[in-house]
Amino acid sequence: MTERRPKIAIVVFPGSNDDRDAALAFEALGAEPALVWHGELELPRDVAAVALPGGFSYGDYLRCGAIARFAPVMAAITRFAADGGLVLGICNGFQILCEAGLLPGTLRPNASLTFACRDVPLVVERADTPFTSRCVAGQRLTIAIKHGEGCYFADEPLLSELEANGQIALRYEQNPNGSVAAVAGVLNAEGNVFGLMPHPEHAVDALLGSTDGALVLGSLVDAARDRALALV
Amino acid sequence: MKATVLVRPKPGILDPQGEAVESSLRHLGFAVETARVGRLVELELEAEDPERARDELERMCEQLLANPLIESYEITVAP
Repeated sequence: MTERRPKIAIVVFPGSNDDRDAALAFEALGAEPALVWHGELELPRDVAAVALPGGFSYGDYLRCGAIARFAPVMAAITRFAADGGLVLGICNGFQILCEAGLLPGTLRPNASLTFACRDVPLVVERADTPFTSRCVAGQRLTIAIKHGEGCYFADEPLLSELEANGQIALRYEQNPNGSVAAVAGVLNAEGNVFGLMPHPEHAVDALLGSTDGALVLGSLVDAARDRALALV
Repeated sequence: MKATVLVRPKPGILDPQGEAVESSLRHLGFAVETARVGRLVELELEAEDPERARDELERMCEQLLANPLIESYEITVAP
């Protein structure tokens, strides 16, 4: 059954609050979610992908994600990513991946200084990634954001590099937080790690206003399934 | 041994917190041109040698206290 339902590890930090939402979403989309406590030294066996959920890990003291990046499980995730494993960071998970150096750039307080909590329109820049394969390039998605520190920053040389490599997979149609180049989601250079501020796990059921998040998470489930099969 | 680390947003980096403080000060009638907000970390170290303490503090800044992409830091070791 594992090849049909790929196992996706969802890391639970103290202060994570979207871990169960992510688990429910992945389960609905055909994966087998496995909640993994931040104190674990290893990921469960046969994990096909890892997701870092939203929340306020370790109280987000100092800088968002700055302390979570030293959680014991992060060493295992760094090894997993270095081996080409698929890693997704949502909101606080994105902040943690940036602090950990698994993704370029960093996230800063919103330019407005206000917490932004609403559905936002996004544009898919890259549809040829393990995180967006169910989308088409140029597609418009509506997914909720809810963050106080989602202002993506990369300095000019780094930003040019990201643009040249096509690492900006998702952009805001109307910039809600002051992010440079309206970046909503960014890939690492290898394309196996992706972070985004919008919450796809809150957009998988029409009852909640949008099912566009299922395109993002479903893409990862597809890619994880392929990977699980390849590992058998 | 006591030490302080002053972490501040690098020049040119948007500092919305500083802007909010600046505008509040102006509203209070103060003639403020700019305000930038950083962070002061006070530490007590188990160290005898100020040079070694400084090396430790450098590593603390690189690893945790500052994000070199957006912040600069200044270390002061109390004599």
